[in-house]
Amino acid sequence: MSKSSSNFAVELRDVRKAFGKTEIIRGANLAVAPGERVAIIGPNGAGKSTLFNLISGRFGSTSGDILLHGQKVDGLTPYEINRRGLARSFQVSNLFMRLSVFENLRCAVLWSLGYKYAFWRFLADARDANDRAEEVMDMIKLHKRRDVMAMNLTYAEQRALEIGITIAGGASVILLDEPTAGMSKSETARFVNLIREVTVGKTLLTVEHDMGVVFGLADKIAVLVYGEVIAFDVPEAVRANPRVQEAYLGSVLADAQVAEAGH
Amino acid sequence: MNTSILQATNAHGGPGAGSPQAGPRSPGESAAVLRGRGAKRYRFKPYNVGRWAIWGGYALIMVLAPLLWTSSLSLTMLSQVGIAIIACLAFNMLLGQGGMLSFGHAVYSGLGSFCAIHTLNLVSKGQLVLPVSLIPLVAGVAGMLVAAALGFVTTRKAGTPFAMITLGVGELVWAMSLMFPGFFGGEGGISGNRVVGKPFLGVTLGPQVQLYYLIAIYTFLCTAAMFAFTRTPLGRMLNAVRDNPERVEFIGYNTQYVRYFAFIASGFFMGISGGLAALNFEIVTAEVVSAVRSGAFLLFTFLGGAVFFFGPIIGAVLMVLALVLLSEITQAWLLYLGLVFTFMVIYAPGGVASLIMMNLRVAAFGKLRTLWGSYLALFGTGLGVLAGAGAMIEMTYHLQLNQALGPELKFMGATLNAQKLDSWFGAIFVLVVALGLFEMTRRHFVKQWGEAQEFIEREIKRREAAL
Repeated sequence: MSKSSSNFAVELRDVRKAFGKTEIIRGANLAVAPGERVAIIGPNGAGKSTLFNLISGRFGSTSGDILLHGQKVDGLTPYEINRRGLARSFQVSNLFMRLSVFENLRCAVLWSLGYKYAFWRFLADARDANDRAEEVMDMIKLHKRRDVMAMNLTYAEQRALEIGITIAGGASVILLDEPTAGMSKSETARFVNLIREVTVGKTLLTVEHDMGVVFGLADKIAVLVYGEVIAFDVPEAVRANPRVQEAYLGSVLADAQVAEAGH
Repeated sequence: MNTSILQATNAHGGPGAGSPQAGPRSPGESAAVLRGRGAKRYRFKPYNVGRWAIWGGYALIMVLAPLLWTSSLSLTMLSQVGIAIIACLAFNMLLGQGGMLSFGHAVYSGLGSFCAIHTLNLVSKGQLVLPVSLIPLVAGVAGMLVAAALGFVTTRKAGTPFAMITLGVGELVWAMSLMFPGFFGGEGGISGNRVVGKPFLGVTLGPQVQLYYLIAIYTFLCTAAMFAFTRTPLGRMLNAVRDNPERVEFIGYNTQYVRYFAFIASGFFMGISGGLAALNFEIVTAEVVSAVRSGAFLLFTFLGGAVFFFGPIIGAVLMVLALVLLSEITQAWLLYLGLVFTFMVIYAPGGVASLIMMNLRVAAFGKLRTLWGSYLALFGTGLGVLAGAGAMIEMTYHLQLNQALGPELKFMGATLNAQKLDSWFGAIFVLVVALGLFEMTRRHFVKQWGEAQEFIEREIKRREAAL
């Protein structure tokens, strides 16, 4: 276990990713301290989701280093990265559709509780797994839907389960890819609270388009434009950053400020 | 959570209720969980009557079956049913529970058969001391080892590539069976004699009924073991891999390992099935590893119903009925089988088991009464369609294959003349009229069914709201 000097929960060092000749991520740098909540924003096609896919191991990077708790994780598979304490959600709900809510959550906790590929013990006796699954089910407020198959849930319920699966394993770094996409205003507000509750004490990275969510949730904002992080700072500083305003945010941020002033 | 919630799920289990996707149903989980303000939980395990009844009934059927059907044909068939149940359940560990379509699964039962017959012959020659009743376990281990070796390659992929690789591996072993007559016995196969060694408590396994009970014991234990498997972490993760392999990778599991371990477990039970078949027939020929045999496992597992644990048991019964009885009754049995399979895939992809479960659901909400009339009408008109179509199929087959026997043939108690127009017109008339009536009753039934389902959905919503 070679610890590098990095004390960050997640660190990107000059990460690049090309699909064929098209370079999507062009030397991204980012260092997120443990316990920080970071929103990654940027125009469509800036590479936000790609960045998540690189950090979580879905794709391999072309060059550069990705560090999780100071250890290199690029080149590892998603499950290896997950075992090192990183969990992610997906933009499109990615559930076990023919399993119940409870089973979805229980599957998500099995590895972290050390059950591995056991076929010599019953799930019914796996009390810690069952308790943890029930606990998460309470947190995401789906206890009334315990035995409903995931495919029969409403959209908002599926989004909640998506987050439930992500946090169930107790990972210390949580990546949420547009957790409130496609939700109504009131649902979004409820969801921001939910996310805040379930990620207490964790490092959170979230991709978001809704500026209300961004300012409601994030300690810091990272602005990704054309595959580069052009700003990474507290919200006020990012708002004031001329490069950000020029590149992308001016109008959107102004809108958000107006909206906030109206509150 | 400010209020305490009393959560209770229905406690029922056993092969009848063990759908892989039905979620938690075992006593520990189904126990009422009473939760208060704090994190403390109280659990109790109720005595699970339903589960005992289902498993007890399953055992009882196997014990009593040879007393009800006493002819030697039925005893042979019952033995084959037991063997087929193990094979179809083992096949369904992959198909229904893991979403893995294996096209070459006869390899594992077949090589198990060969290992069993060779072991039996070693025992006969006195080179090995082993009770014959344990030989199926040897075959199981053989199936497991073969699955561990070949599965290492096949389970690297999922979905269509997996299916293709299993097809290739199946062909490979089939080709090998022709190349190595020493092990596979060439055209004549390898024969053995299961009556060797000293009788144990008077049991020689010579009489078919003794072997039947040996098969029944294995069938019961294997069914129980495979059901238990669905309740383990690996069994559940296999369901997760079936539903969404991508997400599984992001919750810490290597999907390839999940598939691989399930494949090995399946191979073990396939081997046991093959070992029992070797003892049953006392001869093993190369066709046990053939693609035809693999296809039969797939077809009948699907017919029985891959989405429920108990579906393959029904499929196994259908397999033996079709292969032994239907093939005796008519030369066109493969055609009928193909038609039934096609209709099932189109109209009831969940197989017979899903038809049963859907009707049980309707019955649970008290709506089955309203459907009885329609079912009777569907059955009657369906029989008419079968009679009309069957008459024409049989006459065609008769003209093609049995010309020497003259133009007359018996069909459903009537004498048909395959060369006379009135027989053909009669058959067409029956078919057209029955088809028309069938379509009428079908439309009526679909409407009724829809109404019943709507009622059930409303009722579920109402109960949920009342919670």
